[in-house]
Amino acid sequence: MAVTEIKNLTMNFGPQHPAAHGVLRLVLEMDGEIVERADPHIGLLHRGTEKLIEHKTYLQAVPYFDRLDYVSPMCQEHAFALAVESLLNITPPLRGQYIRVLYSEITRILNHLLNISAFALDVGAMTPLLWWFEEREILMEFYERVSGARLHSAYFRPGGVHRDLPEGLTDDIMSFVERFPAMIDDVENLLTENRIFKQRTVDIGIATPEQAMDWGFSGPMLRGSGIPWDLRKSEPYDVYDKMDFDIPIGKNGDCFDRYLLRLEEMRQSLRIIRQCLDQLPDGAVRSEDPKLSPPRRAEMKQSMEALIHHFKLYTEGYHVPEGETYKAVEAPKGEFGVYLVSDGSNKPYRCKIRAPGFAFLQATDFLGKGYMLADVVAIIGSMDIVFGEIDR
Amino acid sequence: MNMNKTLQDFGDYLKSSMENAVVSVTQDRGQLIVTCKKDEIVKLLTYLRDDPSCLFKVLLDVCGVDYPDREKRFEIVYHLQSLRLNQRIRVKVLCGETDIIPSVTAVFSSANWYERETWDLYGVMFSEHPDLRRLLTDYGFDGHPLRKDFPLTGNVEVRYDEEQKRVVYEPVKLTQAFRSFDFMSPWEGADYILPGDEKADKAIEGDK
Repeated sequence: MAVTEIKNLTMNFGPQHPAAHGVLRLVLEMDGEIVERADPHIGLLHRGTEKLIEHKTYLQAVPYFDRLDYVSPMCQEHAFALAVESLLNITPPLRGQYIRVLYSEITRILNHLLNISAFALDVGAMTPLLWWFEEREILMEFYERVSGARLHSAYFRPGGVHRDLPEGLTDDIMSFVERFPAMIDDVENLLTENRIFKQRTVDIGIATPEQAMDWGFSGPMLRGSGIPWDLRKSEPYDVYDKMDFDIPIGKNGDCFDRYLLRLEEMRQSLRIIRQCLDQLPDGAVRSEDPKLSPPRRAEMKQSMEALIHHFKLYTEGYHVPEGETYKAVEAPKGEFGVYLVSDGSNKPYRCKIRAPGFAFLQATDFLGKGYMLADVVAIIGSMDIVFGEIDR
Repeated sequence: MNMNKTLQDFGDYLKSSMENAVVSVTQDRGQLIVTCKKDEIVKLLTYLRDDPSCLFKVLLDVCGVDYPDREKRFEIVYHLQSLRLNQRIRVKVLCGETDIIPSVTAVFSSANWYERETWDLYGVMFSEHPDLRRLLTDYGFDGHPLRKDFPLTGNVEVRYDEEQKRVVYEPVKLTQAFRSFDFMSPWEGADYILPGDEKADKAIEGDK
């Protein structure tokens, strides 16, 4: 009898695949159904953001941050705003800081809504996506009411936020906060004890605490492995130190833990939102320095100074003192950092964007090794991958 | 510049314990910056990871910065984080265009893609890297786009050719020249020659 030679099969997964969460090309070396090696090819969404930012003024660079991780835009603006503020050595007014925290947490819910429901869809549950997209739409309405845009808001600017909350918005957010926990419970009832969901996620894609640190994990991926680490607690920025909230951590570091953790994070975000709304002080929302923030429209009709400031701000921008800084925020996906080098001109000399997803995706190989093909889909789903930030 | 005492002490400690690796220790905006010799980077990062007073177990980021005017053109910047001590540190290595930097993938697994990215965007080589391919740019891309002398528009553009039934690469054609405005004030240290300045110099020479 002839000996059949068994060869490993190389398989292309993506770039056009609904479970690839965007444009991921994954070259998989398979031994039957088992993944031997996973080699992600990225860069299909590379737009040269960092290069473009080097040619734009600091203010013009803000919208690029919305387009990185387009599921949680405001958190990324936050990192950039903090970095520029640290170079300029300014602090935004208190109300501005509260609004930023409020919207960062709305963003976190927005992100987790998409991630959990898309993850559930990847492993076979359709309903959460249909339910939660409606909620996402409501949250994006809150975005629209402060910034005029549902997604690419460009709302957090260096020096504060662009404009104050419109009348009645706080009441509407509050009524959302009252109503929303029921929606989380609904989906939790569907998924958490669901047999299929558990079979697909429990003990899949395990990362030990050591591995998680070695691979540069952050956010829910790091906490899922049982490391209590959250930048909102360890390096509180803006008014996070005034907020009372808990950091959930996982035990086993598998996909199921990460799912549970994100679910709990949404509840904690609701707590923070509630506190922000209760404590929201009056006052200015952005720096009063005319070199940094535009004058009011009415003022411009009267004052020559204001007109000149407006013109200079939107053409030349502001010059940022020489130096360099690294500022990170706890974005919904993990540590989103901006390394900003200034040469004293009105444009960043170098702006390196540290995206959390980048570190997760390169761990696909070690997380997916030895698992089935279908598990790789679950692993990618639980990593919370968005290609805008990975490819930049 | 506000100096943080604890950071400074830590920097001094690092300098004394890794004498032959550390070139200088500085601070900027309350963040610690350590410059390291090129060949000692693996040793320094291993020390930072394992020493009980450092425990920088997470390598967050590796990136390059390009300064074309300097003798050693690139700065490779490593960002490390210590979860235990809640500290961050920035390690820098200076390197010229032809220098090869030892890879730190053996110390931190996460360095793999970061070094690939740095190679891709800046053209800095890393020795003993397991898989130094391009990462972000197109297959078969030419050049290193984040270098300061690489044009913002790139060199080639692509389109689908109906006759050849495939995507073709062509040199970039700009319908309008790229406009880069210069905002340096001529009163505050602009070091370039404005049109007409050369006449003034000639006039002075003529007076002599």
